[in-house]
Amino acid sequence: MSANTHNLPGQFPIPIDPLVPVRPERVKASPLSIARPSLSPAISKVGLSEICLSYNTQSGERLLALDHINLQVKTGEFVCIVGPSGCGKSTLLLLIAGLHRQTSGQILVDGQPVEGPGTDRIMIFQEHGLFPWLTVGQNVEFGMKMKGIGKAEREEKTSYYLRLVHLAKFKDSYIHQLSGGMRQRVAIARALATEPDVLLMDEPFAALDAQTRDLLHDELERIWSETGRTIIFVTHNVREAIRLGDRVVLLTFRPGRVKSEFPVALQRPRHLEDPAVARAAGAILGELRDEINRSLEAEYSEGVKPHVDPEVEAGVRS
Amino acid sequence: MKRAARYVIFYGALFGLWVLLAMLKVWPPYLFPTPWGVGEALYAGFQDHTYLIAIRVSMERVLIGYGISVVLGMILGLGVASNKFLEETMGGLLVSLQSLPSICWWPLALLWFGLNQNAILFVVVMGSLLSVTLAMEDGRKQMPKIFGQAGRNLGAKGFNLFWYVLLPASLPFIVSGLKQGWAFAWRSLITAEMLYLSLGLGQVLMMGRDLNDMSAVIAVMVLIIAIGFLVDGIVFKGIERHLQNKWGLTPAV
Repeated sequence: MSANTHNLPGQFPIPIDPLVPVRPERVKASPLSIARPSLSPAISKVGLSEICLSYNTQSGERLLALDHINLQVKTGEFVCIVGPSGCGKSTLLLLIAGLHRQTSGQILVDGQPVEGPGTDRIMIFQEHGLFPWLTVGQNVEFGMKMKGIGKAEREEKTSYYLRLVHLAKFKDSYIHQLSGGMRQRVAIARALATEPDVLLMDEPFAALDAQTRDLLHDELERIWSETGRTIIFVTHNVREAIRLGDRVVLLTFRPGRVKSEFPVALQRPRHLEDPAVARAAGAILGELRDEINRSLEAEYSEGVKPHVDPEVEAGVRS
Repeated sequence: MKRAARYVIFYGALFGLWVLLAMLKVWPPYLFPTPWGVGEALYAGFQDHTYLIAIRVSMERVLIGYGISVVLGMILGLGVASNKFLEETMGGLLVSLQSLPSICWWPLALLWFGLNQNAILFVVVMGSLLSVTLAMEDGRKQMPKIFGQAGRNLGAKGFNLFWYVLLPASLPFIVSGLKQGWAFAWRSLITAEMLYLSLGLGQVLMMGRDLNDMSAVIAVMVLIIAIGFLVDGIVFKGIERHLQNKWGLTPAV
């Protein structure tokens, strides 16, 4: 990762206090304005401009889920999106993946607008995203099969990516025979096998125990530095975000807006227990607390679970 | 062991009762045959190939009819499940049509297709199509959405999405409906075959009545039950076990 100068071994991490929140300027788009092209498409891998998403609730009200989201992600960058349950952060990934459509605004990947799903952007879900009717190997080669890649090449790549996540021995196992951590490694291998430029990870380690999560953090960081993918990683765990991200983006609770962005300039590899990580997390948590309180208030007053994103639940029937 | 013992006691008692009633001649033998009379009829029926031919003809028909039902039912069910308009309109129609016994289609089938195999097939399809359609619709709705999303994300669309993702993903939820569809197909077939010279098991059953041969009637009934039971026990149990192994489901499903 030559772009991340703070990664150079032996170099003192700069700046010393990396956590000066950078507040994005809120630009009110006039309703008539045409979506502007990304300001600097040359350096942006993924560009979100003025993304809004609203939907009708069951009671017939119009609810705004995402409110003028602007975000530029550079090639090879590891961006973590943090926010309370119900801020629409998972939905944002579905939009980038092209599995759901924003109400207004534009998403550019390599300068091209996203019109639908594409194998250059692969999602890794929290759990249950793997196909239980296929073996581990068949899961990994699924995307290549859909692309029409020949059997020999598929097999070769399948075993390569299974070796990369240390699961070569489990090629012929079924998903239910694996532990939660192994399943997420299969999901990573399956995503990488289609050779996407962008990995969209939706709380992929949230359902795992702490030790397995630590190991997978190391493994993901290694794979990221070996393959140079761009990663957009959604989590509600602030420490995890700082452990992994080059940058942490904080979203507000309903409607989701970009509240602030924190560049993380700590030296890699980091560890969840590092005092610097804890200190950084403390600063972000301070910002996040209001949002969490608002989400809890909504939960108590509405009697609805805020972590259910209705627009995700409503999902696109395919 | 305990279960086996219960089976032996129950079926032994049933058989004993049959023998007893037949021996006591409560009813005349031509109305109430002995077990060995039925056994002889079975033997004779297989000896002169009547039953083998009838089984082959009936199985052929039920496979064609059921096959058509499965293909049509899956397409219809998927359509109803994924289209709000169809769900609100056709969904209700399908449920109400289920109260119509399939043999009620027979007069219509005769006029449309004439007195031939196609009329029988039509009744078989009408008998099982609804269960398959409703099962597919229900299975498609029960199937976790994440599979469809993951599939599309990995580049599956159109037929590939259906064949490699939606169909296998909904299979555990539709297998009991497929089983029910098979049972309806089999029943509809036998009923339709009883109504004209069809060479199938239904006709052989009616032949027993025409000849006043109660042993032959019961022998054919035994055959019809046995075939239905075998298909259920071997084909569908096999599919269910296969799915349980793959998905890691408990046998309760």
